[in-house]
Amino acid sequence: MNQDNTRPENQSEDIIKGATSGEYKYGFVSDIDTDIIPVGLSEDVVRLISAKKGEPEWLLDFRLKAYRHWLTLEMPRWAHLDIPEIDFQAISYYAEPRKKEGPKSLDEVDPQLLDTFNRLGISLEEQKQLSGMAVDAVLDSVSVHTTNKEKLAKMGIIFCSISEAVKDYPDLVRKYLGSVVSYRDNFFAALNSAVFSDGSFVYIPKGVRCPMELSTYFRINAAGTGQFERTLIVADDDAYVSYLEGCTAPQRDENQLHAAIVEIVVEDRAEVKYSTVQNWYAGDAEGRGGIFNFVTKRGLCRGDYSKLSWTQVETGSAITWKYPSCVLKGEGSVGEFYSVAVTNNRQQADTGTKMIHIGRNTRSTIVSKGISAGHSENAYRGLVKVVPAASGARNYTQCDSLLLSDTCGAHTFPYIDVQNDTAIVEHEATTSKISEDQIFYCNQRGIPTEEAVGLIVNGYAKEVMNKLPMEFAVEAQKLLQITLENSVG
Amino acid sequence: MDNILLQVNDLRAGIDGKEILRGINLTVRPGEVHAIMGPNGSGKSTLSGVLAGNPAYTVNGGSVDFHGLDLLSLSPEDRSHEGLFLSFQYPVEIPGVSMVNFMRAAVNAKRKYFNEEPLSAGDFLKLMRQKRAIVELDNKLASRSVNEGFSGGEKKRNEIFQMAVLEPRLSILDETDSGLDIDALRIVASGVNKLKTDSNSTIVITHYQRLLDYIKPDFVHILYKGRIVYSGGPELALELEERGYDWIKEQVDNQQ
Repeated sequence: MNQDNTRPENQSEDIIKGATSGEYKYGFVSDIDTDIIPVGLSEDVVRLISAKKGEPEWLLDFRLKAYRHWLTLEMPRWAHLDIPEIDFQAISYYAEPRKKEGPKSLDEVDPQLLDTFNRLGISLEEQKQLSGMAVDAVLDSVSVHTTNKEKLAKMGIIFCSISEAVKDYPDLVRKYLGSVVSYRDNFFAALNSAVFSDGSFVYIPKGVRCPMELSTYFRINAAGTGQFERTLIVADDDAYVSYLEGCTAPQRDENQLHAAIVEIVVEDRAEVKYSTVQNWYAGDAEGRGGIFNFVTKRGLCRGDYSKLSWTQVETGSAITWKYPSCVLKGEGSVGEFYSVAVTNNRQQADTGTKMIHIGRNTRSTIVSKGISAGHSENAYRGLVKVVPAASGARNYTQCDSLLLSDTCGAHTFPYIDVQNDTAIVEHEATTSKISEDQIFYCNQRGIPTEEAVGLIVNGYAKEVMNKLPMEFAVEAQKLLQITLENSVG
Repeated sequence: MDNILLQVNDLRAGIDGKEILRGINLTVRPGEVHAIMGPNGSGKSTLSGVLAGNPAYTVNGGSVDFHGLDLLSLSPEDRSHEGLFLSFQYPVEIPGVSMVNFMRAAVNAKRKYFNEEPLSAGDFLKLMRQKRAIVELDNKLASRSVNEGFSGGEKKRNEIFQMAVLEPRLSILDETDSGLDIDALRIVASGVNKLKTDSNSTIVITHYQRLLDYIKPDFVHILYKGRIVYSGGPELALELEERGYDWIKEQVDNQQ
């Protein structure tokens, strides 16, 4: 790194201003023949989506109820976010890659599609994949391909797109769909319930440990559309599964809406680990374009001694609004939330979790690491609730913010609602900056500033990164570094 | 310029618009140990900071030649690669970053600068093991975060350990003795002495004579009000120990 001879006095200022050469490498658009329905939302559109997917009557009913309820709701404005008006009539609610006849094997899948996912580092050809991982690839509104299905089926594990699940396992879907996140839950949950297109369905039968990581890769490709996927994971008694979610989108000047729902049900002594690396396009340095990410994620620890662990690394999206939550109903059930949320440039994030303690001796842990740079706004919002019946409930919350510029904001909104005297709830919070002393110390040892920031940030986020599955952890570390390139002097 | 490692000519520098160094001249040859002593506020730490390229300081004039390179035009990391090492008076804590990762980044950055391949994990750990012994640091060091929770003595030993790994041509020890008990002082000094060769040089910046009992200087310079006002052999340090700095101050202040 041979640098300029002179080090201007407020070099950090300059570098912050010159930010975002950290390029978004997933910003390409694929030329795929896509069937997009006209923009706008109405009962007819809901019926059209349902018809396109050949859905049973009960599901159309579910959608219509949700739609009618959505009409009565207003956009939520309580988050620490500056959300521009979204014209819900200007969005197309369904886009699918046009195909000849439903491809049965990979040979029949459009090579353009395969190429798209290859460029994203996701191979759909099983022999080329990372061993120990099964992938469901979702492009715009539909699931394109799910790998390793047969192998998993031998153990009784169901891993398929939710559309297929509706056809092949209607009873299971009907039993659990909307059981954790009702369409009445919130504005975006109602919208998703009305128009959701695809997503993944996972069922792990009693006593089965899923032998590989299950993964869904979400990709928005078409312009002028939104993505409304829905994921449903059920872990029956004594089951275990680790599930990963990744997302990217092309670089565009317009904003695109992503409003997803994830529902998880964990039965007796079962355990679900859900990891996300969210890298939707974040918009450019001036805040043009980027994904609006409004997501409702919630898991119900229904069984005794069940466990649900959320780990998220949030680096993308222009606006992030998500609170992966745990309803701890079973006695001795455990909820965990580990989060790194990075915002740079004009990004805004309002994210956190809810831990609802209902069962006795339930435990929860929250570790949130916010990193803000540029002119971004980064808020942690969390609720720890202990109901009167939840004797012996225990929560530990650690909430740290790291500031990389003088122009960004970090905010913490912890809500604690304890209605049982035996509960123990702890909250710790810190705010820190990367100091010039730390950077100079690294520089003096020969470590250039960019790399120094990467080291320091990854050190700060280590506790959370350690929770990610190995394959993801390395990628996530690089992602942190790229997202923050040129953000500190 | 034959056989001169560091040539400082009329160096002027300051911080926040205030001039602190008012024309420093200093010549260091390979194999030499120079002690720079002086009362508080004389500019000792500014000198080390300016030589290492700390952006907090502004250079107002003068030049520094470092084995044929214009030192002041190099970035701090390039000064490091070219063989300048600063042992910090207050080593900085970097939470969550293990010493192993930190040193690997440092070693590989230097190798990259010289167009060499990164060191393999095995070779790197071997190097860490060898160098650790020099300052009697235990192997738990590797997994601990940089300087976090280190005692004063451990921090200074850790500085000398890094110096051992990076094998600099010129080491500047900035008040390395401050905050050390006598045992830590002995370990640190013995580490520095073990690393001494005919081709590398050391500048020891200190307020007290104490450290110089262990690290024998060839030259002693007295810095006062931003200038080197007195230079001599090791005996000068002893004289300072006996008489304090006041006689120097008086002499200089009277001349002005």
